[in-house]
Amino acid sequence: MILTKEQRAMLEGRQGETMAKVVKTLVMYGEAFGAERMVPVTSRYGHTVISFGIGVMRPVYQLYDQLLSANAVSRQPFSADPRPLDKNIPSSLLQDLVFKVMYSQQDRYEEQLRKLGLMGEDAYTCACYLPEAGNVPQRGEILSWAESSAVVYANSVLGARCNRNSGIIELMGSIAGFVPEFGLLTDDGRRADWIVEVRTSTLPDAQLLGSAVGMKVLEKVPFVRGLDRWLSRELNERTCAYLKDFGAACASNGSVGLYHIEGTTPEAADLGETIIRENAPVYVVDDEELQRVKDSYPCIWQDPDAVPKLCFMGCPHMTLGQLREWTDRVEEGLRAAGNKKVRIPTVFTTAPAVKAEFEKTEDAARLKATGVVLSTICPLMYMNNPLSKKMPVITSSNKLRTYSSARYYSDEEILAKITKEGK
Amino acid sequence: MTKTFQGRVVTPGAAKAPALVSRGGFNTLASYQMALMFGDKQVKCGDQNNPDLYHKPMIGKALCLPETIGSTTGGMVLYCACALGKQPACMLFSKPIDSLAASGAILAANWTEASMPVVDSLGEEFLAYVKDDMTVSVAEDGTVTVEG
Repeated sequence: MILTKEQRAMLEGRQGETMAKVVKTLVMYGEAFGAERMVPVTSRYGHTVISFGIGVMRPVYQLYDQLLSANAVSRQPFSADPRPLDKNIPSSLLQDLVFKVMYSQQDRYEEQLRKLGLMGEDAYTCACYLPEAGNVPQRGEILSWAESSAVVYANSVLGARCNRNSGIIELMGSIAGFVPEFGLLTDDGRRADWIVEVRTSTLPDAQLLGSAVGMKVLEKVPFVRGLDRWLSRELNERTCAYLKDFGAACASNGSVGLYHIEGTTPEAADLGETIIRENAPVYVVDDEELQRVKDSYPCIWQDPDAVPKLCFMGCPHMTLGQLREWTDRVEEGLRAAGNKKVRIPTVFTTAPAVKAEFEKTEDAARLKATGVVLSTICPLMYMNNPLSKKMPVITSSNKLRTYSSARYYSDEEILAKITKEGK
Repeated sequence: MTKTFQGRVVTPGAAKAPALVSRGGFNTLASYQMALMFGDKQVKCGDQNNPDLYHKPMIGKALCLPETIGSTTGGMVLYCACALGKQPACMLFSKPIDSLAASGAILAANWTEASMPVVDSLGEEFLAYVKDDMTVSVAEDGTVTVEG
Protein backbone atom coordinates (compact mmCIF):
# COMPACT_ATOMS: atom_id res chain seq x y z
CA MET A 1 0.00 0.00 0.00
CA ILE A 2 1.24 3.47 -0.84
CA LEU A 3 1.11 5.75 2.20
CA THR A 4 1.57 9.51 2.34
CA LYS A 5 4.57 10.88 4.19
CA GLU A 6 2.41 11.69 7.18
CA GLN A 7 0.77 8.26 7.21
CA ARG A 8 4.18 6.59 6.90
CA ALA A 9 5.44 8.63 9.86
CA MET A 10 2.45 7.57 11.94
CA LEU A 11 3.09 3.93 11.04
CA GLU A 12 6.73 4.33 12.06
CA GLY A 13 5.75 5.63 15.46
CA ARG A 14 6.16 9.41 15.21
CA GLN A 15 2.90 9.80 17.12
CA GLY A 16 3.68 7.00 19.55
CA GLU A 17 3.52 3.24 19.65
CA THR A 18 -0.24 3.04 20.10
CA MET A 19 -0.99 5.23 17.08
CA ALA A 20 1.50 3.17 15.09
CA LYS A 21 -0.50 0.03 15.96
CA VAL A 22 -3.73 1.75 14.96
CA VAL A 23 -2.26 2.59 11.55
CA LYS A 24 -0.73 -0.87 11.17
CA THR A 25 -4.15 -2.39 11.85
CA LEU A 26 -5.73 -0.20 9.16
CA VAL A 27 -2.94 -1.00 6.69
CA MET A 28 -3.36 -4.75 7.20
CA TYR A 29 -7.15 -4.33 6.89
CA GLY A 30 -6.69 -2.57 3.56
CA GLU A 31 -4.11 -5.03 2.27
CA ALA A 32 -6.51 -7.91 2.91
CA PHE A 33 -8.76 -6.30 0.28
CA GLY A 34 -6.15 -5.05 -2.15
CA ALA A 35 -6.39 -1.37 -1.15
CA GLU A 36 -3.62 0.69 -2.70
CA ARG A 37 -3.96 3.80 -0.58
CA MET A 38 -5.67 5.43 2.37
CA VAL A 39 -8.33 8.11 1.88
CA PRO A 40 -9.30 10.78 4.42
CA VAL A 41 -12.49 10.37 6.44
CA THR A 42 -14.48 13.39 5.28
CA SER A 43 -17.77 13.12 7.17
CA ARG A 44 -18.37 15.40 10.13
CA TYR A 45 -19.35 12.54 12.43
CA GLY A 46 -18.48 8.88 12.94
CA HIS A 47 -20.67 6.05 14.23
CA THR A 48 -19.73 3.05 16.39
CA VAL A 49 -21.67 -0.19 16.66
CA ILE A 50 -20.38 -1.01 20.16
CA SER A 51 -22.66 0.63 22.70
CA PHE A 52 -23.07 -2.04 25.33
CA GLY A 53 -21.01 -2.68 28.42
CA ILE A 54 -21.09 -6.46 28.58
CA GLY A 55 -18.74 -7.79 31.24
CA VAL A 56 -17.12 -10.36 28.98
CA MET A 57 -15.91 -7.63 26.62
CA ARG A 58 -13.14 -6.61 28.99
CA PRO A 59 -10.50 -6.93 26.22
CA VAL A 60 -12.33 -4.11 24.41
CA TYR A 61 -12.30 -1.88 27.50
CA GLN A 62 -8.62 -2.64 28.03
CA LEU A 63 -7.86 -1.76 24.42
CA TYR A 64 -9.86 1.50 24.70
CA ASP A 65 -8.01 2.34 27.94
CA GLN A 66 -4.78 1.83 26.03
CA LEU A 67 -6.00 4.19 23.29
CA LEU A 68 -7.09 6.81 25.83
CA SER A 69 -3.85 6.66 27.79
CA ALA A 70 -2.00 7.39 24.53
CA ASN A 71 -4.48 10.19 23.76
CA ALA A 72 -5.47 8.31 20.61
CA VAL A 73 -9.05 9.62 20.48
CA SER A 74 -11.42 10.11 17.58
CA ARG A 75 -10.73 13.09 15.33
CA GLN A 76 -14.47 13.44 14.77
CA PRO A 77 -17.37 13.28 17.22
CA PHE A 78 -19.36 10.08 16.80
CA SER A 79 -22.71 8.54 17.60
CA ALA A 80 -23.18 5.02 18.96
CA ASP A 81 -25.71 2.22 18.73
CA PRO A 82 -28.55 2.22 21.30
CA ARG A 83 -28.09 1.61 24.99
CA PRO A 84 -29.12 -1.86 26.20
CA LEU A 85 -31.41 -1.19 29.16
CA ASP A 86 -34.68 0.55 29.99
CA LYS A 87 -36.56 -0.18 33.20
CA ASN A 88 -39.87 0.64 31.47
CA ILE A 89 -39.69 -2.48 29.34
CA PRO A 90 -41.50 -5.45 30.89
CA SER A 91 -39.12 -7.94 32.50
CA SER A 92 -39.09 -10.33 35.45
CA LEU A 93 -37.00 -9.88 38.59
CA LEU A 94 -34.76 -12.71 37.45
CA GLN A 95 -34.32 -11.11 34.02
CA ASP A 96 -33.40 -7.83 35.70
CA LEU A 97 -30.78 -9.63 37.76
CA VAL A 98 -29.26 -11.18 34.64
CA PHE A 99 -29.32 -7.79 32.88
CA LYS A 100 -27.42 -6.31 35.81
CA VAL A 101 -24.72 -8.97 35.54
CA MET A 102 -24.63 -8.90 31.74
CA TYR A 103 -24.24 -5.15 31.39
CA SER A 104 -22.13 -4.61 34.49
CA GLN A 105 -19.61 -2.50 32.56
CA GLN A 106 -22.13 -0.10 31.01
CA ASP A 107 -21.14 2.97 33.05
CA ARG A 108 -17.43 2.32 32.57
CA TYR A 109 -17.87 1.89 28.84
CA GLU A 110 -20.03 5.01 28.41
CA GLU A 111 -17.33 6.99 30.20
CA GLN A 112 -14.80 5.64 27.71
CA LEU A 113 -17.04 6.65 24.80
CA ARG A 114 -17.36 10.18 26.20
CA LYS A 115 -13.57 10.47 26.40
CA LEU A 116 -13.11 9.01 22.92
CA GLY A 117 -15.43 11.60 21.37
CA LEU A 118 -19.14 10.66 21.69
CA MET A 119 -21.40 13.39 20.20
CA GLY A 120 -23.57 13.69 23.31
CA GLU A 121 -25.68 11.86 25.86
CA ASP A 122 -28.51 11.40 23.34
CA ALA A 123 -26.25 10.05 20.61
CA TYR A 124 -27.26 6.42 21.20
CA THR A 125 -29.22 5.15 18.20
CA CYS A 126 -28.73 2.74 15.31
CA ALA A 127 -30.56 5.27 13.09
CA CYS A 128 -28.06 8.08 13.61
CA TYR A 129 -28.78 9.30 10.07
CA LEU A 130 -32.31 10.46 10.95
CA PRO A 131 -32.54 14.26 10.74
CA GLU A 132 -33.44 14.58 14.43
CA ALA A 133 -30.41 12.49 15.46
CA GLY A 134 -28.12 14.84 13.57
CA ASN A 135 -25.53 12.53 12.03
CA VAL A 136 -26.53 12.85 8.36
CA PRO A 137 -23.60 12.42 5.98
CA GLN A 138 -23.55 14.14 2.62
CA ARG A 139 -23.31 12.41 -0.72
CA GLY A 140 -19.77 11.35 -1.59
CA GLU A 141 -18.40 11.73 1.93
CA ILE A 142 -16.09 8.99 3.20
CA LEU A 143 -17.21 7.43 6.47
CA SER A 144 -15.64 5.20 9.07
CA TRP A 145 -18.81 3.70 10.48
CA ALA A 146 -19.94 0.30 11.71
CA GLU A 147 -23.56 -0.87 12.21
CA SER A 148 -24.82 -2.72 9.19
CA SER A 149 -28.20 -0.96 8.98
CA ALA A 150 -26.62 2.50 9.24
CA VAL A 151 -23.88 1.72 6.73
CA VAL A 152 -26.32 0.41 4.11
CA TYR A 153 -28.57 3.46 4.56
CA ALA A 154 -25.69 5.93 4.35
CA ASN A 155 -24.34 4.25 1.22
CA SER A 156 -27.64 3.70 -0.55
CA VAL A 157 -30.04 6.50 0.40
CA LEU A 158 -27.54 9.25 1.19
CA GLY A 159 -24.86 8.31 -1.34
CA ALA A 160 -22.04 8.45 1.21
CA ARG A 161 -19.21 5.92 0.99
CA CYS A 162 -18.48 3.40 3.71
CA ASN A 163 -17.42 -0.23 3.90
CA ARG A 164 -19.08 -2.76 6.16
CA ASN A 165 -16.56 -2.24 8.91
CA SER A 166 -16.43 -4.14 12.16
CA GLY A 167 -16.69 -2.62 15.60
CA ILE A 168 -13.28 -1.31 16.85
CA ILE A 169 -11.97 -0.95 13.27
CA GLU A 170 -14.47 1.88 12.65
CA LEU A 171 -13.15 3.74 15.69
CA MET A 172 -9.57 3.26 14.55
CA GLY A 173 -10.46 4.88 11.20
CA SER A 174 -11.91 7.85 13.08
CA ILE A 175 -8.80 8.05 15.28
CA ALA A 176 -6.36 7.94 12.37
CA GLY A 177 -8.56 10.17 10.19
CA PHE A 178 -8.21 7.88 7.18
CA VAL A 179 -9.42 4.50 5.96
CA PRO A 180 -8.21 2.06 3.30
CA GLU A 181 -9.80 2.57 -0.09
CA PHE A 182 -11.50 -0.59 -1.30
CA GLY A 183 -14.94 -2.08 -1.95
CA LEU A 184 -17.79 0.36 -1.46
CA LEU A 185 -15.40 3.32 -1.38
CA THR A 186 -14.63 2.83 -5.07
CA ASP A 187 -16.78 3.56 -8.13
CA ASP A 188 -16.38 0.00 -9.37
CA GLY A 189 -17.29 -1.49 -6.00
CA ARG A 190 -20.57 0.42 -6.10
CA ARG A 191 -21.81 -1.02 -9.39
CA ALA A 192 -24.81 -3.33 -9.24
CA ASP A 193 -24.14 -7.07 -9.47
CA TRP A 194 -27.80 -8.16 -9.46
CA ILE A 195 -31.09 -6.90 -10.88
CA VAL A 196 -34.12 -7.39 -8.64
CA GLU A 197 -37.51 -7.20 -10.38
CA VAL A 198 -40.34 -6.58 -7.91
CA ARG A 199 -43.55 -8.00 -9.39
CA THR A 200 -45.75 -8.30 -6.32
CA SER A 201 -49.44 -7.36 -6.31
CA THR A 202 -49.03 -4.77 -3.54
CA LEU A 203 -46.17 -2.89 -1.90
CA PRO A 204 -44.21 -5.66 -0.14
CA ASP A 205 -43.37 -5.36 3.54
CA ALA A 206 -39.97 -3.64 3.48
CA GLN A 207 -38.45 -6.08 5.95
CA LEU A 208 -39.66 -9.14 4.03
CA LEU A 209 -38.51 -7.85 0.65
CA GLY A 210 -35.16 -6.91 2.18
CA SER A 211 -34.81 -10.37 3.67
CA ALA A 212 -35.51 -12.04 0.31
CA VAL A 213 -33.03 -9.79 -1.49
CA GLY A 214 -30.35 -10.18 1.20
CA MET A 215 -30.61 -13.96 1.20
CA LYS A 216 -30.34 -14.04 -2.60
CA VAL A 217 -27.52 -11.57 -3.30
CA LEU A 218 -25.58 -11.99 0.00
CA GLU A 219 -22.77 -9.39 -0.05
CA LYS A 220 -23.41 -8.20 -3.62
CA VAL A 221 -25.01 -4.93 -4.75
CA PRO A 222 -28.62 -5.20 -6.02
CA PHE A 223 -30.41 -2.80 -8.39
CA VAL A 224 -34.12 -2.90 -7.54
CA ARG A 225 -36.84 -2.20 -10.12
CA GLY A 226 -40.57 -1.93 -9.67
CA LEU A 227 -41.00 -0.24 -6.29
CA ASP A 228 -42.06 3.03 -7.89
CA ARG A 229 -45.52 1.58 -8.52
CA TRP A 230 -46.19 2.29 -4.84
CA LEU A 231 -43.35 4.45 -3.55
CA SER A 232 -42.54 7.97 -4.61
CA ARG A 233 -39.28 8.28 -6.49
CA GLU A 234 -38.67 11.34 -4.38
CA LEU A 235 -36.73 10.57 -1.22
CA ASN A 236 -39.53 11.80 1.03
CA GLU A 237 -40.07 10.64 4.58
CA ARG A 238 -42.25 7.65 3.63
CA THR A 239 -39.80 6.39 1.02
CA CYS A 240 -36.81 6.90 3.31
CA ALA A 241 -38.53 5.04 6.17
CA TYR A 242 -39.33 2.16 3.81
CA LEU A 243 -35.74 2.03 2.54
CA LYS A 244 -34.40 2.16 6.11
CA ASP A 245 -36.28 -1.05 6.95
CA PHE A 246 -35.59 -2.66 3.57
CA GLY A 247 -31.85 -2.02 3.92
CA ALA A 248 -31.62 -3.30 7.48
CA ALA A 249 -33.16 -6.59 6.39
CA CYS A 250 -30.86 -6.82 3.33
CA ALA A 251 -27.85 -6.20 5.54
CA SER A 252 -28.76 -8.68 8.26
CA ASN A 253 -30.32 -11.48 6.19
CA GLY A 254 -27.42 -11.16 3.77
CA SER A 255 -24.42 -8.87 3.98
CA VAL A 256 -25.59 -6.11 1.66
CA GLY A 257 -23.74 -2.82 2.17
CA LEU A 258 -25.27 -0.91 -0.75
CA TYR A 259 -28.38 -1.16 -2.91
CA HIS A 260 -29.73 0.98 -5.72
CA ILE A 261 -33.44 1.70 -6.25
CA GLU A 262 -34.32 2.58 -9.82
CA GLY A 263 -34.90 6.30 -10.26
CA THR A 264 -34.82 6.91 -6.52
CA THR A 265 -31.50 6.49 -4.72
CA PRO A 266 -28.86 9.07 -5.74
CA GLU A 267 -26.57 6.95 -7.89
CA ALA A 268 -29.43 5.06 -9.58
CA ALA A 269 -31.20 8.36 -10.29
CA ASP A 270 -28.08 9.89 -11.85
CA LEU A 271 -26.53 6.93 -13.62
CA GLY A 272 -29.59 4.83 -14.45
CA GLU A 273 -28.90 1.35 -15.73
CA THR A 274 -25.30 2.16 -16.62
CA ILE A 275 -24.54 1.37 -13.00
CA ILE A 276 -25.47 -2.31 -13.56
CA ARG A 277 -22.69 -4.71 -14.48
CA GLU A 278 -22.92 -6.56 -17.76
CA ASN A 279 -24.79 -9.87 -17.59
CA ALA A 280 -26.05 -9.20 -14.07
CA PRO A 281 -28.38 -12.03 -13.03
CA VAL A 282 -32.07 -11.21 -12.45
CA TYR A 283 -34.00 -12.13 -9.31
CA VAL A 284 -37.78 -11.90 -9.70
CA VAL A 285 -39.70 -11.27 -6.49
CA ASP A 286 -43.44 -11.95 -6.68
CA ASP A 287 -46.04 -12.82 -4.06
CA GLU A 288 -45.17 -16.53 -4.17
CA GLU A 289 -41.47 -15.86 -3.69
CA LEU A 290 -42.10 -13.66 -0.66
CA GLN A 291 -44.36 -16.32 0.83
CA ARG A 292 -41.66 -18.94 0.22
CA VAL A 293 -39.08 -16.81 2.00
CA LYS A 294 -41.39 -16.11 4.92
CA ASP A 295 -42.28 -19.78 5.27
CA SER A 296 -38.59 -20.67 5.39
CA TYR A 297 -37.99 -18.85 8.69
CA PRO A 298 -37.49 -21.36 11.49
CA CYS A 299 -39.56 -20.87 14.65
CA ILE A 300 -37.24 -21.56 17.55
CA TRP A 301 -39.71 -20.98 20.36
CA GLN A 302 -39.95 -23.84 22.83
CA ASP A 303 -43.71 -23.91 22.19
CA PRO A 304 -44.48 -22.72 18.66
CA ASP A 305 -48.13 -22.18 19.66
CA ALA A 306 -47.32 -20.04 22.69
CA VAL A 307 -49.17 -16.77 23.15
CA PRO A 308 -46.67 -13.93 22.61
CA LYS A 309 -45.49 -12.25 25.78
CA LEU A 310 -43.86 -9.24 24.17
CA CYS A 311 -43.79 -7.41 20.86
CA PHE A 312 -40.89 -5.27 19.63
CA MET A 313 -41.12 -2.79 16.78
CA GLY A 314 -38.33 -0.45 15.79
CA CYS A 315 -35.25 -2.40 14.79
CA PRO A 316 -33.81 -0.28 13.29
CA HIS A 317 -35.21 2.63 15.32
CA MET A 318 -38.50 4.09 14.06
CA THR A 319 -38.73 7.44 12.34
CA LEU A 320 -40.96 10.25 13.55
CA GLY A 321 -43.33 9.54 10.66
CA GLN A 322 -43.50 5.85 11.55
CA LEU A 323 -44.35 6.69 15.16
CA ARG A 324 -47.18 8.96 14.01
CA GLU A 325 -48.47 6.42 11.50
CA TRP A 326 -48.36 3.57 14.00
CA THR A 327 -50.10 5.63 16.65
CA ASP A 328 -53.01 5.99 14.22
CA ARG A 329 -52.91 2.34 13.22
CA VAL A 330 -52.86 1.01 16.79
CA GLU A 331 -55.68 3.34 17.83
CA GLU A 332 -57.81 2.33 14.85
CA GLY A 333 -57.03 -1.36 15.38
CA LEU A 334 -58.03 -1.21 19.04
CA ARG A 335 -61.20 0.71 18.20
CA ALA A 336 -62.22 -1.80 15.55
CA ALA A 337 -61.61 -4.70 17.95
CA GLY A 338 -63.40 -3.01 20.84
CA ASN A 339 -60.26 -2.92 22.98
CA LYS A 340 -58.68 -0.03 24.84
CA LYS A 341 -55.14 -1.29 25.41
CA VAL A 342 -52.81 -3.45 23.38
CA ARG A 343 -53.38 -7.15 24.02
CA ILE A 344 -49.66 -7.99 24.06
CA PRO A 345 -47.09 -5.85 25.91
CA THR A 346 -45.65 -3.83 23.04
CA VAL A 347 -42.51 -1.71 22.80
CA PHE A 348 -41.72 0.77 20.04
CA THR A 349 -38.08 1.82 19.89
CA THR A 350 -36.70 5.02 18.44
CA ALA A 351 -33.77 7.42 18.70
CA PRO A 352 -33.63 9.62 21.81
CA ALA A 353 -33.87 12.77 19.67
CA VAL A 354 -36.87 11.39 17.75
CA LYS A 355 -38.54 10.42 21.03
CA ALA A 356 -38.03 13.96 22.30
CA GLU A 357 -39.64 15.40 19.15
CA PHE A 358 -42.50 12.93 19.28
CA GLU A 359 -43.17 13.77 22.89
CA LYS A 360 -43.73 17.39 21.90
CA THR A 361 -46.79 16.28 19.92
CA GLU A 362 -50.24 15.16 21.04
CA ASP A 363 -49.55 11.79 19.44
CA ALA A 364 -47.30 10.84 22.37
CA ALA A 365 -50.19 10.84 24.85
CA ARG A 366 -52.38 8.96 22.34
CA LEU A 367 -49.74 6.26 21.91
CA LYS A 368 -49.23 5.99 25.65
CA ALA A 369 -52.98 5.57 26.13
CA THR A 370 -52.88 2.46 23.94
CA GLY A 371 -50.41 0.86 26.36
CA VAL A 372 -47.48 0.87 23.95
CA VAL A 373 -44.16 1.63 25.65
CA LEU A 374 -41.86 4.00 23.78
CA SER A 375 -38.19 3.32 24.42
CA THR A 376 -34.76 4.10 23.02
CA ILE A 377 -33.02 0.78 23.67
CA CYS A 378 -31.76 -1.85 21.27
CA PRO A 379 -34.29 -4.73 21.28
CA LEU A 380 -31.52 -7.16 20.40
CA MET A 381 -29.72 -6.36 23.63
CA TYR A 382 -32.90 -7.17 25.54
CA MET A 383 -33.17 -10.44 23.63
CA ASN A 384 -29.53 -11.33 24.36
CA ASN A 385 -30.53 -12.07 27.94
CA PRO A 386 -30.79 -15.92 28.07
CA LEU A 387 -34.12 -15.59 29.91
CA SER A 388 -35.48 -13.33 27.16
CA LYS A 389 -34.51 -15.96 24.60
CA LYS A 390 -36.99 -18.32 26.24
CA MET A 391 -39.84 -15.83 25.93
CA PRO A 392 -42.23 -15.93 22.96
CA VAL A 393 -41.46 -12.52 21.49
CA ILE A 394 -42.84 -11.25 18.18
CA THR A 395 -41.48 -8.54 15.93
CA SER A 396 -41.85 -6.96 12.51
CA SER A 397 -38.06 -6.67 12.31
CA ASN A 398 -36.27 -9.16 10.15
CA LYS A 399 -32.99 -8.08 11.70
CA LEU A 400 -34.23 -8.91 15.20
CA ARG A 401 -35.58 -12.23 13.90
CA THR A 402 -32.20 -13.09 12.42
CA TYR A 403 -30.17 -12.39 15.55
CA SER A 404 -32.57 -13.60 18.24
CA SER A 405 -35.40 -16.03 19.00
CA ALA A 406 -38.03 -13.39 18.15
CA ARG A 407 -40.62 -14.48 15.58
CA TYR A 408 -41.26 -12.37 12.50
CA TYR A 409 -44.70 -11.23 11.42
CA SER A 410 -45.70 -8.71 8.77
CA ASP A 411 -46.84 -5.26 9.83
CA GLU A 412 -50.49 -6.22 9.27
CA GLU A 413 -50.13 -9.42 11.29
CA ILE A 414 -48.40 -7.57 14.11
CA LEU A 415 -51.17 -4.99 14.19
CA ALA A 416 -53.81 -7.70 14.41
CA LYS A 417 -51.94 -9.54 17.14
CA ILE A 418 -51.36 -6.56 19.39
CA THR A 419 -54.82 -5.02 18.96
CA LYS A 420 -57.13 -8.06 18.63
CA GLU A 421 -55.43 -11.25 19.68
CA GLY A 422 -52.95 -12.01 22.48
CA LYS A 423 -53.68 -13.22 25.99
CA MET B 1 -5.02 -39.90 2.25
CA THR B 2 -3.52 -36.41 2.31
CA LYS B 3 -4.58 -33.49 0.19
CA THR B 4 -2.99 -30.05 -0.05
CA PHE B 5 -4.61 -26.70 -0.80
CA GLN B 6 -2.99 -23.33 -1.37
CA GLY B 7 -4.57 -20.21 0.06
CA ARG B 8 -3.64 -16.62 0.79
CA VAL B 9 -2.25 -15.64 4.19
CA VAL B 10 -4.37 -13.02 5.95
CA THR B 11 -2.63 -13.29 9.31
CA PRO B 12 0.48 -15.48 9.46
CA GLY B 13 1.30 -18.49 11.59
CA ALA B 14 1.38 -22.27 11.66
CA ALA B 15 -1.04 -24.65 13.34
CA LYS B 16 -2.16 -28.29 13.40
CA ALA B 17 -5.61 -29.18 14.72
CA PRO B 18 -8.73 -31.29 14.14
CA ALA B 19 -11.12 -29.77 11.63
CA LEU B 20 -14.48 -28.27 12.49
CA VAL B 21 -16.45 -27.53 9.34
CA SER B 22 -19.23 -25.04 8.72
CA ARG B 23 -20.77 -25.49 5.27
CA GLY B 24 -22.78 -22.29 5.56
CA GLY B 25 -21.76 -18.80 6.69
CA PHE B 26 -20.34 -18.63 10.21
CA ASN B 27 -22.25 -16.12 12.34
CA THR B 28 -19.52 -14.91 14.68
CA LEU B 29 -21.74 -13.12 17.21
CA ALA B 30 -24.33 -15.90 17.42
CA SER B 31 -21.62 -18.58 17.63
CA TYR B 32 -19.53 -17.00 20.41
CA GLN B 33 -21.93 -14.87 22.41
CA MET B 34 -23.20 -17.35 24.97
CA ALA B 35 -19.90 -19.23 25.31
CA LEU B 36 -17.99 -16.04 26.07
CA MET B 37 -20.68 -14.60 28.29
CA PHE B 38 -20.91 -17.65 30.49
CA GLY B 39 -17.26 -18.71 30.41
CA ASP B 40 -17.81 -22.01 28.58
CA LYS B 41 -14.34 -23.60 28.59
CA GLN B 42 -15.06 -25.64 25.45
CA VAL B 43 -16.52 -22.61 23.68
CA LYS B 44 -19.45 -24.52 22.26
CA CYS B 45 -21.08 -22.91 19.25
CA GLY B 46 -24.33 -21.14 20.20
CA ASP B 47 -25.70 -20.49 16.72
CA GLN B 48 -28.99 -22.38 16.49
CA ASN B 49 -29.17 -21.59 12.79
CA ASN B 50 -25.93 -23.42 12.04
CA PRO B 51 -26.68 -27.17 12.13
CA ASP B 52 -23.05 -28.04 11.32
CA LEU B 53 -21.64 -26.38 14.41
CA TYR B 54 -24.43 -25.91 16.96
CA HIS B 55 -23.29 -27.12 20.40
CA LYS B 56 -19.91 -28.34 19.10
CA PRO B 57 -16.74 -27.16 20.90
CA MET B 58 -14.82 -24.62 18.82
CA ILE B 59 -11.75 -23.92 20.95
CA GLY B 60 -8.52 -25.20 19.45
CA LYS B 61 -10.20 -26.46 16.28
CA ALA B 62 -9.21 -25.74 12.69
CA LEU B 63 -12.35 -23.82 11.80
CA CYS B 64 -13.11 -24.39 8.11
CA LEU B 65 -15.77 -22.13 6.62
CA PRO B 66 -16.85 -20.26 3.50
CA GLU B 67 -17.16 -16.82 5.14
CA THR B 68 -18.53 -15.14 8.24
CA ILE B 69 -21.96 -13.51 8.35
CA GLY B 70 -24.02 -11.43 10.71
CA SER B 71 -23.58 -8.42 12.93
CA THR B 72 -20.82 -5.87 12.40
CA THR B 73 -19.79 -6.60 15.97
CA GLY B 74 -18.34 -9.81 14.48
CA GLY B 75 -14.75 -8.59 14.32
CA MET B 76 -14.92 -7.31 17.88
CA VAL B 77 -16.29 -10.66 19.07
CA LEU B 78 -13.49 -12.56 17.36
CA TYR B 79 -10.94 -10.17 18.86
CA CYS B 80 -12.41 -10.79 22.33
CA ALA B 81 -12.32 -14.56 21.81
CA CYS B 82 -8.62 -14.32 20.95
CA ALA B 83 -7.81 -11.96 23.82
CA LEU B 84 -9.50 -14.37 26.22
CA GLY B 85 -7.67 -17.39 24.80
CA LYS B 86 -10.90 -18.90 23.44
CA GLN B 87 -10.02 -18.77 19.74
CA PRO B 88 -9.90 -21.59 17.20
CA ALA B 89 -6.43 -22.92 16.31
CA CYS B 90 -6.83 -21.34 12.88
CA MET B 91 -9.52 -20.09 10.50
CA LEU B 92 -9.54 -21.41 6.96
CA PHE B 93 -11.84 -19.74 4.44
CA SER B 94 -12.82 -21.27 1.13
CA LYS B 95 -13.81 -17.81 -0.21
CA PRO B 96 -11.93 -14.50 -0.09
CA ILE B 97 -12.25 -13.23 3.46
CA ASP B 98 -15.07 -10.84 4.37
CA SER B 99 -14.47 -7.50 6.07
CA LEU B 100 -15.74 -8.56 9.49
CA ALA B 101 -13.62 -11.70 9.80
CA ALA B 102 -10.60 -9.84 8.47
CA SER B 103 -11.10 -7.15 11.11
CA GLY B 104 -11.26 -9.70 13.92
CA ALA B 105 -8.19 -11.58 12.71
CA ILE B 106 -6.14 -8.41 12.20
CA LEU B 107 -7.19 -6.89 15.54
CA ALA B 108 -6.18 -10.13 17.24
CA ALA B 109 -2.83 -10.22 15.44
CA ASN B 110 -1.97 -6.66 16.42
CA TRP B 111 -3.54 -6.21 19.84
CA THR B 112 -3.39 -9.64 21.53
CA GLU B 113 -0.79 -12.33 22.20
CA ALA B 114 -3.01 -15.00 20.66
CA SER B 115 -1.90 -17.09 17.74
CA MET B 116 -4.61 -17.72 15.16
CA PRO B 117 -3.35 -18.07 11.59
CA VAL B 118 -5.97 -17.12 9.03
CA VAL B 119 -5.89 -18.26 5.41
CA ASP B 120 -8.52 -17.45 2.77
CA SER B 121 -9.32 -18.26 -0.88
CA LEU B 122 -8.79 -22.00 -0.42
CA GLY B 123 -11.51 -22.75 -2.95
CA GLU B 124 -14.76 -24.68 -2.93
CA GLU B 125 -12.91 -27.96 -3.32
CA PHE B 126 -11.30 -27.43 0.08
CA LEU B 127 -14.64 -27.11 1.81
CA ALA B 128 -16.06 -30.05 -0.13
CA TYR B 129 -13.14 -32.25 0.92
CA VAL B 130 -12.56 -31.42 4.57
CA LYS B 131 -14.71 -33.15 7.21
CA ASP B 132 -15.02 -32.77 10.98
CA ASP B 133 -12.06 -34.24 12.92
CA MET B 134 -9.75 -34.65 9.93
CA THR B 135 -6.29 -33.39 10.89
CA VAL B 136 -5.51 -30.04 9.29
CA SER B 137 -2.09 -28.37 9.16
CA VAL B 138 -1.47 -24.77 8.16
CA ALA B 139 1.97 -23.59 7.12
CA GLU B 140 3.34 -20.04 7.23
CA ASP B 141 2.98 -19.67 3.46
CA GLY B 142 -0.76 -20.46 3.43
CA THR B 143 -0.43 -24.12 2.44
CA VAL B 144 -3.15 -26.19 4.09
CA THR B 145 -2.77 -29.96 4.36
CA VAL B 146 -5.76 -32.14 5.18
CA GLU B 147 -5.18 -35.71 6.40
CA GLY B 148 -8.25 -37.87 5.86
